[in-house]
Amino acid sequence: MTSLSVLGELPALPLHEAGKYVAGAYVVVFVLVLIYVAIMAVRLSRIERELGELLAREAAGAPDDDGQGSRHASSTPAEAGVGR
Amino acid sequence: MQRARRSPADRAFRPEGRGLRSLSIATVAAMALALGLVFFYAPLDAEQGFLQKIFYVHVPLAIVALSGFVVAALMAIAHLRTRDARWDMRSYVAIHMSLIFAVATLLTGSIWAKGSWGHWWVWNEPTLVSFLIVFLLYATYQPLRFSIEDPERQARYASVFAITAGAFVPMNFIAVRLSTAYLHPRVLGSTSNLPAKMAFTFAVSLLAMALLYATLCKYELTAKNARAQLRALRRLADRRAGVGEAAQAAAPRRRSAAPSLHAPATMTARAAGRPGA
Repeated sequence: MTSLSVLGELPALPLHEAGKYVAGAYVVVFVLVLIYVAIMAVRLSRIERELGELLAREAAGAPDDDGQGSRHASSTPAEAGVGR
Repeated sequence: MQRARRSPADRAFRPEGRGLRSLSIATVAAMALALGLVFFYAPLDAEQGFLQKIFYVHVPLAIVALSGFVVAALMAIAHLRTRDARWDMRSYVAIHMSLIFAVATLLTGSIWAKGSWGHWWVWNEPTLVSFLIVFLLYATYQPLRFSIEDPERQARYASVFAITAGAFVPMNFIAVRLSTAYLHPRVLGSTSNLPAKMAFTFAVSLLAMALLYATLCKYELTAKNARAQLRALRRLADRRAGVGEAAQAAAPRRRSAAPSLHAPATMTARAAGRPGA
């Protein structure tokens, strides 16, 4: 006998039985969205950290080939016209 | 007053996050409304009882996931027509998000099947198996991209894949409809069978899920755009610090499945204060 032949005749589960399945389904979706948001948060913090490093490097004046500070050490990203 | 023309550099990094805040608020409101309707407004199903509440999350997830694949195909067509990397990026993000929604669909469907039929999976049910086939087909999208090193070729091949697979989705849907087994509950085309309260709750749930999809896509696009801008900024800073172009070019390039938004040469040259920009 195939399992499909009886599927249409199965009675409804009582609330205390069905509740865990319904909760399980909604929790799965919630957890997936939560994992996605957590991954995005990690990526965002990485961007923030790299941006901070870049700004610190620019502010300090990265040494050029002559070992002197950059001619554009005071430049900011806004001056560079990037990210607008 | 003459309107300033957008340069290629401005167009390359057009902000993707515009409207993200209002979209997020709309999504949260729609999700809250949908959950309220599902548990406090929609009546219990006569056959399945409380278990049928899974219908309001499982079916919208499936519809949005499949629609996302089709939308990704349309974006891939736009990419091939215009050669604009942003369309490739949008197509990539749409497929990426649809895959996540498809995983959620499979998991919620399995839970529903277990509660309703007593089995986690039924292999001779065409709707389930066809959805799994679509999911597995799209699961090869990322490895395909990763296997191609040249970004131009990667984007082109990925677009061709997205279009071909996107055409497969409605064909697959129609084929399942035409099949003889009708044990899986039908939704599209039979909403008139649903009581008005159930149909309304389902429509709101579908809207909420579509908004969630759009918000997460926009969120991802914004993050990728910010990352691309940061890379451009780093290159610019390296150039100012005296790191030569040859050294930059010699730096090992990390292979990635994700599309890359390149800053046009004019942008970096202009920002570095060089002539001819």
